[in-house]
Amino acid sequence: MRSFAVHCGRRVLGAAATVLVASAAVYGSLRLMPGDPVLAVSGASRLSPDQIEALRQRYGLDQGVVTGYLDWLGHALRLDLGTSLSFQTEVGTLVSARLGVSGLLIAYAAILALVLGLGTALVSAVRGGLADRIATAAAAVATATPSFVAAIILLAVFAVGLGWFPATGAGSGFADRLWHLTLPAVAMAIAVFGVLARVGHAALRAELDREHVEAARGRGVGGAALIARHVVRNALAPLVTVIGVMVASLFVGTAVVETAFGLDGVGSLLITAVSRRDFPVVQGIALIAVLLFVVVNTVVDLVLPLLDPRTARGVKA
Amino acid sequence: MTLAVAKLRPGRLRLRRRHPAAVVASAGFLVVVALAGLLAPLLAPHDPDTTSLLNSLAPPGTEGHLLGTDSTGRDVLSRVMYGARLSLLAPLGVVALSLVLGTALGLLAARAGGWADAVISRGMDVVFAFPGLLLAILASAVTGPGLTAPVCALAVAYTPFIGRIVRSAAVQEGARPYLEASRVLGYGEVSVTLRHLLPNILPVLVAQSALAFGYALVDLASLSYLGLGVRPPAADWGSMISQAQSAILQGSPWSGLVPGVAVLLTVIAVNVLGGHLGGTIARKQDT
Repeated sequence: MRSFAVHCGRRVLGAAATVLVASAAVYGSLRLMPGDPVLAVSGASRLSPDQIEALRQRYGLDQGVVTGYLDWLGHALRLDLGTSLSFQTEVGTLVSARLGVSGLLIAYAAILALVLGLGTALVSAVRGGLADRIATAAAAVATATPSFVAAIILLAVFAVGLGWFPATGAGSGFADRLWHLTLPAVAMAIAVFGVLARVGHAALRAELDREHVEAARGRGVGGAALIARHVVRNALAPLVTVIGVMVASLFVGTAVVETAFGLDGVGSLLITAVSRRDFPVVQGIALIAVLLFVVVNTVVDLVLPLLDPRTARGVKA
Repeated sequence: MTLAVAKLRPGRLRLRRRHPAAVVASAGFLVVVALAGLLAPLLAPHDPDTTSLLNSLAPPGTEGHLLGTDSTGRDVLSRVMYGARLSLLAPLGVVALSLVLGTALGLLAARAGGWADAVISRGMDVVFAFPGLLLAILASAVTGPGLTAPVCALAVAYTPFIGRIVRSAAVQEGARPYLEASRVLGYGEVSVTLRHLLPNILPVLVAQSALAFGYALVDLASLSYLGLGVRPPAADWGSMISQAQSAILQGSPWSGLVPGVAVLLTVIAVNVLGGHLGGTIARKQDT
């Protein structure tokens, strides 16, 4: 148990260091933007030199990169991410107003991908034969399907062609919202489904062929008990790592899918902000994304030794 | 002389061996796409940028426009052929850059060991955790639309993809007697690494590069689809799909579906080839 505590401590410290380095990289690189961001955003509207100076001061552009970063980080720790240049609103307000749509979309897509992907993996690994071959081919195609290609095919077929689902907007009320988010969630989930089906199949297949499963069979353990307690239980550790990477990719996937389906979420806000060179918004969302990735990775690192105690001692399974 | 070499190394005559149908089809498809892009000026039936508003959104099979026209009447087949150039070249650049970076860092980590290994490995772990697309979007935010910065960002994002494999392969190979033997013979570290280590891990590198190419292609096409990649009038498959978005909503999806299917089939073909190469290597190492 002591090794687990040490493992946790090291992971959490490592995560904090990663957030610091990554957020410094994000802030620093955006400060390197060629041209004056204030002028780039205010564009045609003529500002007096005094007004420009006031804006530069407000966004910390009159400071050096290091003091600017520390100042920005200090505010960010107090949940103050600054003010958007193009929306004239607090970045925190902009993001939190869109968190509901993006959060539901990610959860919806993650559930679809997990249930269908792991279900397919289980059926194809245990059954074998024709089901296995169909599932393997489907997973190969799904893995290669970019979310925006899936999005336009779904739009053309199910929204415009058949008219079963709305093409744009997020709807109002829970049921209506789920209905609106179904096509976007499917578009986001397809590639993740493919990866989970393939990796899950490989992990389960590897366990099924091992001696301890044969021994359990010999003891008379069969059917669901064999699969659940001896096969799935041991295949979980390699799967959790992949699930972590996949969930992280869903965070970024929202940028593409929300744009494709005209949803007003955090992902599409990031794209709008990048194209308008609204750097406080870009910095704020990038910081949130960095935090989310590090949290997901740390959770995976902390869960792994619970599933397979050997990982905490640094022994490869 | 070449004949003698070929006889001494029968393994070189790879093409003679039978490959699964899917692998042959994938290789054939990639060759066709690459040739279509390369020879677009000779083969394309129309100029890709000539608009003809009278002839907009023609469905596939229209006389003179095999795959139809887009919302401004440009020939979709010609545009897909020209679009193949940037769509394939840019991810190729990503793979080339990350191969150089990843091989250098991986070999350095494996050969140097100690704290240099610890720093490089931990750094690659951190970069590996970040999705390439986010780095590409941020790069585009710094420099504005264009492919140069996203290509560099993706090269960094996929460096661990190559670097981790190179490092672990180099550590494994480094323990083998032939390396010790060449060291005893008085070859320097650099010479041993370049002449003996690298050729031995080359097959793994090729398989891993194929997968990275597929990922980079999708990331760059996504970026262009979002309007943050190629700048018009230059076009790749992603920007073609983006321009077709409103036509899709109006019920004429072809000008978007054609480049979409091009992306999809190319990525499938690359994955099949990469998987086949990786699988062949794994089988060879087992025996």
